[in-house]
Amino acid sequence: MVAARITVNGKEAPISPAAPHTTVLDFLRERGLTGTKEGCAEGECGACSVLVARPGVNKPTDWVAVNACLVPVAALDGQEIITSEGLATAGEPGMPPTLHPVQEEMAVRGGSQCGYCTPGFVCSMAAEYYRPDRCAHADSADSTDHEQGPNGFDLHALSGNLCRCTGYRPIRDAAFAVGMPTDEDPLAQRREQSPPAPVATEYVQNDSVFLRKSTLAETLQLLRERPDAVVVAGSTDWGVEVNIRSRRADCVVAIDRLSELRELRVESDHIEIGAALTLTEIERRLDGGIPLLAELFPQFASRLIRNTATLGGNLGTGSPIGDSPPVLLALEASVVLADADGQREVPLADYFTGYRQSVRRPGELIRAVRIPLPLSPITAFHKIAKRRFDDISSVAVAFVLDIEDGIVRKARIGLGGVAATPIRALTTEAALEGRPWVAETVEAAAPVLQAEGTPMNDHRASADYRSAMLGQSLLKLHAQTTEAVSS
Amino acid sequence: MSHLSERPEKPVVGVSMPHESAVLHVTGTALYTDDLNHRTKDVLHAYPVQVMKAHGRITALRTEPALAVPGVVRVLTGADVPGVNDAGMKHDEPLFPDEVMFHGHAVAWVLGETLEAARLGAAAVEVELDEQPSLITLQEAIAAGSFHGARPMMLTGDVDAGFADSAHVFTGEFQFSDQEHFYLETHAALAYIDEAEQVFVQSSTQHPSETQEIVAHVLGLHSHEVTVQCLRMGGGFGGKEMQPHGFAAVAALGARLTGRPVRVRLNRTQDLTMSGKRHGFHATWKIGFDAEGRIQALDATLTADGGWSLDLSEPVVARALCHIDNTYWIPNARIAGRIARTNKVSNTAFRGFGGPQGMLVIEDIMGRCAPLLGLDPMELRERNFYRQGQSTPYGQPVVHPERISAVWQQVQDNAGIADRRREIAAFNAAHPNTKRALAVTGLKFGISFNLTAFNQGGALVLIYKDGSVLINHGGTEMGQGLHTKMLQVAATTLGIPLHKVRLAPTRTDKVPNTSATAASAGADLNGAAVKNACEQLRERLLQVAATLLGSNASDVRIVEGVARTLGSDKELAWDDLVRTAYFQRVQLSAAGFYRTEGLHWDAKTFRGSPFKYFAHGAAAAEVEVDGFTGAYRIRRVDIVHDVGDSLSPMIDIGQVEGGFVQGAGWLTLEDLRWDASDGPNRGRLLTQAASTYKLPSFSEMPEEFNVTLLENATEEGAVYGSKAVGEPPLMLAFSVREALRQAAAAFGSSGVSVELASPATPEAVYWAIQAARQGDVSRNGHARNGFATNGHAGNGHVANGRIQTDAKALSGA
Repeated sequence: MVAARITVNGKEAPISPAAPHTTVLDFLRERGLTGTKEGCAEGECGACSVLVARPGVNKPTDWVAVNACLVPVAALDGQEIITSEGLATAGEPGMPPTLHPVQEEMAVRGGSQCGYCTPGFVCSMAAEYYRPDRCAHADSADSTDHEQGPNGFDLHALSGNLCRCTGYRPIRDAAFAVGMPTDEDPLAQRREQSPPAPVATEYVQNDSVFLRKSTLAETLQLLRERPDAVVVAGSTDWGVEVNIRSRRADCVVAIDRLSELRELRVESDHIEIGAALTLTEIERRLDGGIPLLAELFPQFASRLIRNTATLGGNLGTGSPIGDSPPVLLALEASVVLADADGQREVPLADYFTGYRQSVRRPGELIRAVRIPLPLSPITAFHKIAKRRFDDISSVAVAFVLDIEDGIVRKARIGLGGVAATPIRALTTEAALEGRPWVAETVEAAAPVLQAEGTPMNDHRASADYRSAMLGQSLLKLHAQTTEAVSS
Repeated sequence: MSHLSERPEKPVVGVSMPHESAVLHVTGTALYTDDLNHRTKDVLHAYPVQVMKAHGRITALRTEPALAVPGVVRVLTGADVPGVNDAGMKHDEPLFPDEVMFHGHAVAWVLGETLEAARLGAAAVEVELDEQPSLITLQEAIAAGSFHGARPMMLTGDVDAGFADSAHVFTGEFQFSDQEHFYLETHAALAYIDEAEQVFVQSSTQHPSETQEIVAHVLGLHSHEVTVQCLRMGGGFGGKEMQPHGFAAVAALGARLTGRPVRVRLNRTQDLTMSGKRHGFHATWKIGFDAEGRIQALDATLTADGGWSLDLSEPVVARALCHIDNTYWIPNARIAGRIARTNKVSNTAFRGFGGPQGMLVIEDIMGRCAPLLGLDPMELRERNFYRQGQSTPYGQPVVHPERISAVWQQVQDNAGIADRRREIAAFNAAHPNTKRALAVTGLKFGISFNLTAFNQGGALVLIYKDGSVLINHGGTEMGQGLHTKMLQVAATTLGIPLHKVRLAPTRTDKVPNTSATAASAGADLNGAAVKNACEQLRERLLQVAATLLGSNASDVRIVEGVARTLGSDKELAWDDLVRTAYFQRVQLSAAGFYRTEGLHWDAKTFRGSPFKYFAHGAAAAEVEVDGFTGAYRIRRVDIVHDVGDSLSPMIDIGQVEGGFVQGAGWLTLEDLRWDASDGPNRGRLLTQAASTYKLPSFSEMPEEFNVTLLENATEEGAVYGSKAVGEPPLMLAFSVREALRQAAAAFGSSGVSVELASPATPEAVYWAIQAARQGDVSRNGHARNGFATNGHAGNGHVANGRIQTDAKALSGA
């Protein structure tokens, strides 16, 4: 096995002697690339954003922005990354560098004040700059959508970056002013070549090891032998544990590049989504095909997180306030669990057993999520949080309704944030089914929904508010559906 | 026009330009304190030993287990301090305490070969504690009579007579939250020992001179043995005015004891749990209005949550009292101020420095009382504006009251208020579940440090033989663009192109005894000092030029790097002029100095004219509120702000926008919660991460955001006619809060007085909507004043004690 190495701004470097838990951020800073900053160490501020060459959706390679503070550097064995330093072309000695177009726009428009968040913004912005399917709007005069620039720039690309100085207006102006990459742009050209292949990795320092196997079978065998192993995909959860709670593992196993976990298949009676596809990949590949998921994704953390986080990870973590479980519960999804002996399919409604507990056995992996077809026509996802972008739910409610001739034929409601696990609102579903979708039904069912779960007080919201929001979400859904009909 | 404010021909001030470090920022090559770590050999890493209890006496501190951890080099404790064991100026904040005063108080620091070793060492230190009762909330401290520091009283007129003359008298109570600075760069310092035991400290500090002073007294050295340098900060906002000193002192002490460089860098959790914040306040008030809605009298008590030590709480409270009037004339006032002593971090300076808190009290009163008086809130505010000849409650004449109405009128014109109010009324009539509202608020903010002595600045300007110029001044760069402005001032005064001038990092061995870069006064004080130094140099060079050009020095002008004399075609290039001056042995360096004239302040009687001038602004904010959830969006904001004649318009607009959004964060989103239960984590900051303490992101930026600087606004008393800009715009965000209040009211019948908790989170807005719908003022009214009786939004006060501390609960996989 070749010694672990990583290509940074076009130069290859050994990962050793970094510890297996060392993040990309710390690795870069220790190598003197101090443009990448630590603002929070938990993937919330984006000051550490860097670009990674990943398998593309529309081109062989996408430049994907990720939080360097969460990803272990060993996970990028054999991979290529670009930092803010690498975006600029170094000038002659004594001369200023040639700025990258996004750097140029940020600089001249006042996009930096203290400058500490700026390299991260620049990298997130560059990723969107190179998004292959970004295209300028035909009618750029109609800029009523302040989250979408006339140059096709999706402002959500920056939702994981915080700035405490500017108030964001000049950064938005910069984002909406960048043009399209030229043909000579080396990073644009790089998209046409294959991304670096995943590399089997066994990176050992002192007594701990970071492992990546080539196949699912090898991985499952390994998990049988090492039941203590921490399994990571995007490492957006484990990275927080390492940084904030100083957890260390003897053995970390990466599964995010296993091809068996990265398939997306549409069958006659279900859609199967590989557990290690990133949320961004799912979003782009489904392209609105599952409307409820399309509504979920922009509200799920930030683009930086979605670029590495996976459905498998969100379900594996099993947090009661993860945003995908309520949606997947409402869609009546099931999970495909695999271990060295084989695989089994478990309805998601039976999957969670307690606070961060599930039926998943030691040595078992989530291989895929299955969503049954056909899809019901009326769906909605209501996320209640303090902040509109990139916040954690106080309450999340997902609705799936079949309404035929004005009668609710089927109702599936998934709830997050109101119990120790994500739950289905079974009593409310029963209170709706078979009844007409009219104000009287909804007003009678809202108190039922309000009484589901056992919400609690915490720093995000009071229990009273959480309960109230359950009832209100049904009223809001009804208002939305009837307004849509009347307009 | 005064000498100070007059601009020469073709000035570089007034030209719109990006930040002087913008290219370094965007390429990631700008250096911050902790970036120097990698460039320094053999650095030791320091890690704090934090005690996770709110209050208790240390009965044992065992460091031996830490020393057994591989890579641990030394543990710093109080016994190691050769000088004074204190991190502040009041001798009430021991650097190594023997009494734990707040949850997370650091009692020792471990030095390790790696950060990991230092962390493991800190975890191994054993601390035994004799736990003591603690006071966490303001209410607890007030009930216990726990106060510290001064108890100022501001009196004017005859308050009792004022109430007797009032047609309407209202009383109320209001508690509003603290705010975390959340500069993106956490506290950092790197210290090493220079020749002859001199100490050199790189520190992320807004106040290098005070950092130097405290490092010196902790080490038992004189100030001339300690040099502090600040390259730049990744944000400060007041949080690095007093708070960096202790961290710098730890690094310096470690370097002194080990002979190796020592680095302190707090991670975000440490920064949040160890450093002070904006003071939350509690206010009780009684106000009297005449039949036309004019304020007759105000009687109020403001209590600031000072935390465990005094820090800057006294001047913060003084500024709060001095700003409770905002733009309104209050003929009779009795305003008491006091500082609660609680077992929390020591609250400190934060952009506005008490001013926002004082002004929030009166703006909340105006918003609540307008419906009770049957007046439109804008009308009520306007009727009470200062007029010519009136003075503040502390006795300072308001000399330009016309500025208050000028920005007020202009923002209404720019925002098309009249039409939009009609549109909003029509929208609201058509939308039962969504309401919009538009509110306008103004501001008047006093510029200068209340303490007169701080109003001085220094500079050192060097011209080299090749014509290049290097300027040093006492101010620090934290993103506010001070250095950009100083380059523009120097180029303007010398009459040379900007590229001829470079700026050196702020260092205490260049300019001594500087004031903090604070109180929005950085450009006023340091700009005038830079100008003064450059004027000295210019005068000397004009003499040289006059001889060469064959004229009188008073007839020579240097413009864009060329000296010319009146009525002659002869020219002399700057570089030639400088070289000639050198050979003539003319001194090419000068120290500049400035003291703000005309200030006086008596802290005992709480009277005087502490401010050189007032900054003004007005904002019109429109919000849209969802009646189902209380969630809202800021649809549009228009601002007209008075920065005098701007030194640097792009920089100033950036300050206005950034201040506004930061203020909106404080008032609507940022929600510090403390565990006030009697459980084992009492006193713990529950929101100690970016995942739980939410800053404004793109989603809080106004969808349409128009900032205009007031034109023809020359300020006679400041450098090149400019005004301070750092703090005042934060207070323009009151417009958002008032718009939310009015939108919530729009769900009920008209004339309802809506009480709104601060921060006005979606939850708080939802409860305000529910109260408005029920027309029952008492529900919100007594869940009242932002108190959290039912666990509703409020100040870390969760009634039934069921507090979930699930910091694990992060979204994402």
